[in-house]
Amino acid sequence: MSMPFYVAPEQMMKDRADYARKGIARGRALVAMRYADGIAIVAENASETLRKVSEIYDRIAFAGVGKYNEFDQLRVAGIRSADLKGFQYSRDDVDARSLANSYAQMLGNIFTHEMKPMEVEILVAEVGRESDTDQMFHILYDGTVVDERDHAALGGDAEAIRGRLAETWTEGLSLAGVVAVGVAALAGEEREIPAGDLEVAELCRGNGRRCFHRLPEADLAALLNPS
Amino acid sequence: MPFFSPSDDPGSNFPDLLRRIGHDPAVGAVAGRLAVDDLGVPHATTCVALRYDGGVVMAGDRRATSGNLISHRTMEKVVQADRHSGVAIAGSAGPAMEMVKLFQLQLEHYEKVEGASLSLEGKANQLSAMVRGNLPAAMQGMVVVPIFAGYDLLRSTGRLWDFDATGGRYEERNHVATGSGSLHASTVIKVGFKPDMSRDAAIDLAATSLWEAADADSATGGPDALRGIYPVVASIDEVGWERVTDEDLADRYGRIIDAAGERVAAR
Repeated sequence: MSMPFYVAPEQMMKDRADYARKGIARGRALVAMRYADGIAIVAENASETLRKVSEIYDRIAFAGVGKYNEFDQLRVAGIRSADLKGFQYSRDDVDARSLANSYAQMLGNIFTHEMKPMEVEILVAEVGRESDTDQMFHILYDGTVVDERDHAALGGDAEAIRGRLAETWTEGLSLAGVVAVGVAALAGEEREIPAGDLEVAELCRGNGRRCFHRLPEADLAALLNPS
Repeated sequence: MPFFSPSDDPGSNFPDLLRRIGHDPAVGAVAGRLAVDDLGVPHATTCVALRYDGGVVMAGDRRATSGNLISHRTMEKVVQADRHSGVAIAGSAGPAMEMVKLFQLQLEHYEKVEGASLSLEGKANQLSAMVRGNLPAAMQGMVVVPIFAGYDLLRSTGRLWDFDATGGRYEERNHVATGSGSLHASTVIKVGFKPDMSRDAAIDLAATSLWEAADADSATGGPDALRGIYPVVASIDEVGWERVTDEDLADRYGRIIDAAGERVAAR
């Protein structure tokens, strides 16, 4: 019987992290930002049917970048967990923080125990009843949770996008304003993203029980070019 | 967090998910048995649904009874299932409310997991499976017999179904009624029904049918002006569910009562 070569744990973790990071960097990015009425999520997504952003619960949205089948699996697990909790207790008991913790546990476990880490970064956003209770949790491939206050960027080139957002984002923007800021941050200076390659959704405080709303392409085009 | 391997994934089925994690929503069989004759007769309610030009109207009274006591005056037996459909329930309040809650959740769960709503027929089928799942409890006397109605976006029309205790699903063309006062209510609707009615006329007819049912059936509640409790009446059209306000119903019942008063006094 052949013995496997000894690999130092540090090296093993580093290899896995590099692998996951490479996979994520290949994909297109998305940003999430607070605005006057809630949270807007803008993703660069050429597909009209394979979504990156979706609804988890009344006030909670999910967004993922990286490998589609992997973050979609996480999305469905999140919907199940939220619906089960709401059914067993009350709709008020479902919150983003506990969901983000579950995701972190799961991703952390997969990172250390499975053959291959998940090549994903996800975002769990919850719109509060007041604007100062909005929450965004950014969860990395290894289970690291980052609590973001005003805006978050996920995916390839996220560092540069985060820098651009820090310069242009301001408190109390309108939906049109915040989407414009998000699109500009995603595109950078040299590029322009056509409306067809964008996926935009909002968690809006005024939407009744289910705050999640996906902007149809026609509305999005009107929002980007008001004329 | 529930995570399944691809081969035993429950998909977008929420009741199945509940069973998988050991929370079976169905009431198990208990010892004892009820005569099958008693199965078909749900007590203490009247709910109706009828089609109009552009959608459906649903209506239900608010009374719940246990034996000869009024146990609840403000029960809502007509509830919104999702944006384009509603369900009305007759039968044992406990299992019925639980079933409606699970049904609403299942429609929302499916919509979120799949990214698209079930078709109206799919929703009716789903409810049928839930009623069938309740059969062991129905055999103990806890019968749940719903009406399901909604707007079919694919066919651009309102549609309605009624069910029996075994989950049998019957699509009706124009109107349907369930509960102990259903005989009176459905007669009123049958006589007053016209094809291509307006929403307004359909609401009036539904309100009148409940008035007549409450007049003849002790287990059906009429409009309660003293406490400001009116039946739940709602319409579902292309835009979605819209509940008729209590002020509007107070007006309509004022007119219905005046008309009934003239009939009684003129002899």
